[in-house]
Amino acid sequence: MLTKQEMTEIQAELNRYEQKRGGCIEALKTVQRHRGWISDESLAELADFLEMTTDDLDSVATFYNLIFRKPVGRHIILMCTSISCWVMGSEEVLHYIEEKLGIKPGETTADGRFTLIPNVCLGACDHAPALMIDGSLHGDLDAQKIDEILAGYE
Amino acid sequence: MDRPLTENIRPGAPPDIDAYERAGGYRALRKVLKDADPKGLIQTVIDSHLRGRGGAGFPTGRKWSFVPGGEKAAHPVYLIINGDEMEPGTFKDRLLLEGNPHQLIEGIILGGYAIQADIAYIFLRQEYTVAERCCSRAIAEAYDRGYLGRNILGSGFSLELYLHTSAGRYICGEETALLNALEGRRAIPRAKPPFPPVVGLWGKPTIVDNVETICNVPHIAEHGADWFRALSRCGDGGTKIYGASGRVKKPGLWELPMGVTIREILEEHAGGMRDGFQLRGIIPGGASTEFLSADQLDVKMDFDSVQAAGSRLGTGTMIILDDRTCPVGMVLNLMRFFARQSCGWCTPCREGLPWLARALEAIENGEGRLEDMEILRRHTGLLAPGHTFCALAPGAVEPLQSALTLFEDDFIRHIREKRCPWRK
Ligand SMILES: Cc1cc2nc3c(=O)[nH]c(=O)nc-3n(C[C@H](O)[C@H](O)[C@H](O)COP(=O)(O)O)c2cc1C
Ligand code: SF4
Ligand code: FES
Repeated sequence: MLTKQEMTEIQAELNRYEQKRGGCIEALKTVQRHRGWISDESLAELADFLEMTTDDLDSVATFYNLIFRKPVGRHIILMCTSISCWVMGSEEVLHYIEEKLGIKPGETTADGRFTLIPNVCLGACDHAPALMIDGSLHGDLDAQKIDEILAGYE
Repeated sequence: MDRPLTENIRPGAPPDIDAYERAGGYRALRKVLKDADPKGLIQTVIDSHLRGRGGAGFPTGRKWSFVPGGEKAAHPVYLIINGDEMEPGTFKDRLLLEGNPHQLIEGIILGGYAIQADIAYIFLRQEYTVAERCCSRAIAEAYDRGYLGRNILGSGFSLELYLHTSAGRYICGEETALLNALEGRRAIPRAKPPFPPVVGLWGKPTIVDNVETICNVPHIAEHGADWFRALSRCGDGGTKIYGASGRVKKPGLWELPMGVTIREILEEHAGGMRDGFQLRGIIPGGASTEFLSADQLDVKMDFDSVQAAGSRLGTGTMIILDDRTCPVGMVLNLMRFFARQSCGWCTPCREGLPWLARALEAIENGEGRLEDMEILRRHTGLLAPGHTFCALAPGAVEPLQSALTLFEDDFIRHIREKRCPWRK
């Protein structure tokens, strides 16, 4: 069941679209904000609420790389792998993070602390290489900076 | 005032509505609403020679004029601001969104008035979290002051403005894919015609304008078309937010007259190359534009001049290739991006881009053959405009086809030496 809080938040978004389904991305994001990811159960509940079929909603959910249909860690690392960051050495930074956390891109650490996801250009190309954790941007990265940044997330 | 767009920019701590008004903000809106001549505003924008800053450079006023008007016209009319900015190497709209959201909102209300829109959306990529906060606050302030909502400043004109945050996928920035995204469908481009100004969101007339484009509108409305054209050094009106990233001394963004040369941007503003690095190539306007060579520094950065030089102005944010970076690796990185971001709707793009990425990967890893050069060349032609449903695939092959000519020797060295000469 969607919680009251979730329903209120979703309803506020739905009013902004001519048809209910227009709000489905914001609805998915609202549920994800509360539950971390979109399970099959969450998807079915939400589809009911939006008067869409589950498959229809799933086809939208799976289109977007920032809607998670699998469980993720407490913190999401979006590592920019696009061109300006690549020129400035993002491959080494990514390898350093992989080694440090013991995971490959797309994986979650065993303690559930971090999920590491490669991402397209974060619009911080003048501070390449860059990454984003839980919506906060970090630029001009090197190994030492990575240590400092990751230490800030429990 | 020769830098209208960035004069009052305060990234991360943008002017609130009082500060914006003190600096002359919402004056243009008051004037336009008093004149009560939406068609006149469209004409002013046509006369200003403002061209779209989202990449394609379509004249903004002309696009607006395609919205059917008059008594019998379909409503609601929609105005959508494209803030999806995911083109690799592009970071200019973020500055405007985070640095002065009221400038954008005033532009939206003016643009909305010109096309007699009822509802406007700002379509923002999810990762722009600071921009989301800045815009939300500014929208609330504008509603409070009566600049948005019903009967704006007693003019009889009403406009609702909503912020939509997306959930990833580069293709959402393509304007018809964006319409599907806003309707809560998979963000796959639509067939054109019909074009969005006639049949757009939910089948209603819809204009999609880039963030930077619309930020120019308050200044045009306030100071006029002649003033705007005079800001530029070429036939297109206004200033442009240019950028540079890569191994230059001072990567960044600068608002400059439209039509300054690459040399001026790179040498005067970006400080030249970092010590120990030499310039080898320039991608002038985001990932989907062709490389220019290091001896094309005198090309002017306006739509027509860059086109004449064999590339496109695109977003005007340059990506610099230096001599210590492998051009094959660079093109491979770009191709992997496009292959991954293909929406999968049409076969040449869905199948062709991953295939190109694999071929480039083989060359980069020293497993290429000389015949591959010809195959790659031929394949770029197969993905030319008109062969695919949208412009993603043609854009994807632009850097490749130019690199095959400009850096042919480097490709051949990879093949002959069976390794990447830039890797130890
Ligand atoms: C694959 C693809 C991605 C695009 N992404 C963006 C984008 O992020 N922002 C943008 O303004 N235009 C983008 N465009 C261009 C839009 O389709 C459209 O032309 C533009 O938003 C119109 O605004 P303008 O006339 O003000 O430039 C993209 C086009 C393609 C083909
Ligand atoms: S060209 Fe690519 S991105 Fe565009 S519609 Fe076809 S598959 Fe989708
Ligand atoms: S390429 Fe990494 S932030 Fe733009």
